[in-house]
Amino acid sequence: MIMHPGIIALSLGSLVVAFLVLYGSAHGIRIVRHWDLRSGSELQLGLERQTYLISTVMSYAFSFQLFSLFLFIFTADKVSCLFVGAMCAAGTLHVNGYGYPALSLKIINFIFGGIWLILNFTDNRAIDYPLIKKKYLFLLALAPLIVAETIFQGAYFLKLDAHVITSCCGSLFSPEGKGVGAILPALPVAPVRAVFFASILCTSASGIFFIRKQTAATGYLFSFLSAVTFVVCIIALISFISLYFYELPTHHCPFCILQGEYSYVGYPLYLSLLGAAVAGISTGLLMPARSTPSLKNILPPILRSLTLTAISLYLIFTLISLWAMTFTDFRL
Amino acid sequence: MAWIEKERNIIDFALSSLLRKRGKNLALFLIYTIIVFILSSIFFFTASIKKEASRVLALSPEVTVQRIVAGRHDLMPANYIPVISGIPGVREVRGRLWGYYFEPSTGANYTVIAREHGMGPREGAMNVGWGVARTLNVGKGDVAPLKASDGSYMSFEVNRVFSSESEIVSSDLIEINQEDFRGLFSMNNGYWTDITLVVRNKNETVTVANKIKRLLPDTRPILRDEILRTYDAIFDWRGGLLIFILGGAVLAFAILAWDKATSLSFEERREIGILKAVGWETSEVIVMKSWEGIAVSLTSFLVGVIAGYCHVFFASYIFFEPVLKGWSVLYPHFRLVPSIDAYQIAALFFLTVVPYTTATIIPSWKAAIIDPDEVMRL
Repeated sequence: MIMHPGIIALSLGSLVVAFLVLYGSAHGIRIVRHWDLRSGSELQLGLERQTYLISTVMSYAFSFQLFSLFLFIFTADKVSCLFVGAMCAAGTLHVNGYGYPALSLKIINFIFGGIWLILNFTDNRAIDYPLIKKKYLFLLALAPLIVAETIFQGAYFLKLDAHVITSCCGSLFSPEGKGVGAILPALPVAPVRAVFFASILCTSASGIFFIRKQTAATGYLFSFLSAVTFVVCIIALISFISLYFYELPTHHCPFCILQGEYSYVGYPLYLSLLGAAVAGISTGLLMPARSTPSLKNILPPILRSLTLTAISLYLIFTLISLWAMTFTDFRL
Repeated sequence: MAWIEKERNIIDFALSSLLRKRGKNLALFLIYTIIVFILSSIFFFTASIKKEASRVLALSPEVTVQRIVAGRHDLMPANYIPVISGIPGVREVRGRLWGYYFEPSTGANYTVIAREHGMGPREGAMNVGWGVARTLNVGKGDVAPLKASDGSYMSFEVNRVFSSESEIVSSDLIEINQEDFRGLFSMNNGYWTDITLVVRNKNETVTVANKIKRLLPDTRPILRDEILRTYDAIFDWRGGLLIFILGGAVLAFAILAWDKATSLSFEERREIGILKAVGWETSEVIVMKSWEGIAVSLTSFLVGVIAGYCHVFFASYIFFEPVLKGWSVLYPHFRLVPSIDAYQIAALFFLTVVPYTTATIIPSWKAAIIDPDEVMRL
């Protein structure tokens, strides 16, 4: 294991988040089993009090999760100089088989954590906690993923061996390589570009329709399109958008844009993408709750804000990409 | 806007509540600040020294070739130079002469290097680093004797003392010319300490190193990148080890924070009871408690980071110097170039704010669920 201060900080953070989520889940099980709002029993009163605790615990845990996602990528970037062949996080994560699964779990957990917080926020606004059981079942499903993330991250750091010769992003994300990193750069640019702009347009249009007329069909459509657009944006970023930032026709790395040489442009790009995905997907998950009487007046403004947030964040992502495409001499 | 106004009022109340419990919070603030101070000092020091090392090494040769005999560094025969020069892509192959000179009276080890003809000091003269001048108690124009390997003494006149700005690399340095060096250490003309070379294409360095190893199996080519990597790993390791050891202190601090947050005084319980009786909700009390925590965290974090910064960059990191730098009689006194980045702050945040916050969540909630009637009856 490499005793890097960042690695120690991340391991500590991960353990804390896992502990908080497990603690919350343990209380969640009791709530799922015994929650009955009509009852005035001692147990029910205790459970009602515990919901405040879990809300607080989870808000902190998922805020730490956001920090930890970026700290993880940044640390991988920082220690890349220790490995022969690595030039950025792409190479460091490739040193052993746990790096990319840990990163994927971190991204998935961030999105699910964000969705959970939105569900929790909505649920707490209604007087009778209508989503409480669903919310805690979701938390129970999320807990193993958080634990898996801690295990994968721990294994990744423990097995980091400075003698391993790894590959740089140039070879990992090139059409000649293997795996997903090779497929995306090999995609033809014109169709990917068309799909990217089309999906942004469709998502925005369906979102606007949904804001104007909150029908079930438009809501689900918008949520589905948001999730699809998230994937399309990542493909587009690796396939052609990153090339404009690097001004190189062969450099497809999704990590180098997080470095100072490229004005840290990766941070607003990824933050807007992740935020948009959380807000967009949450809309669909909240749709079934519209028929709940206590949420009838509360839900529409929340859905509107979430939709607006998702559209705005996707547009920010598109504008930053367009800015790069327009204001450089580089042409594909 | 109503939400901001409400939050502002809660913050206002949280701050005034903190001020009312001045004594209790001051102790917490002090310990919190000390923890952040120690950890930030380690972070800033390791990051700066790594930067300094890479700056210094940027001027060193790309490849250094040493001869290894029975696992030890041995003298390099001069006839190896034409062999290495013959490798395609190699240019500027040079023999170097350098070694260590132990000075028994002070217990210091000097690094002696010989400069090439016409570039170094004249015969019988030497250029010395600030540390050497200090321990030998000499200045420009003074004469100092050095004991040669045959037991005789050779006198050298100090030609120049290197400026204190270059002390990180020149503190223990003695520079003499090649003839004097061979005389001082009784080294034959046909040998060098090691050989350095420049490679035309930077991407070919590893290939050239492999070719050298194949042609001259008793040699060890050392790449500049490898040295840089080793420096990085060593300083990260030292910093990491210190943080690991200090983990106990962080844990103790988290327990203290937990204890402080759990041991609510009668006054505090009554305060929360009254707040709830006048209509505050549990969630609002939790928010208020969170703001209290954020205020303590932010203040201690800021003060600790600023103190750590001053300690490392203005007060010459006096508290951890030997642990982080290593030990030597002749250690250079140098000032690090101040630098700070978001990464260091983020990692520090994880090591300090996260454990503190986690330790205070449950006690804050326990305080927030106090029943008003329970408190009023006391």
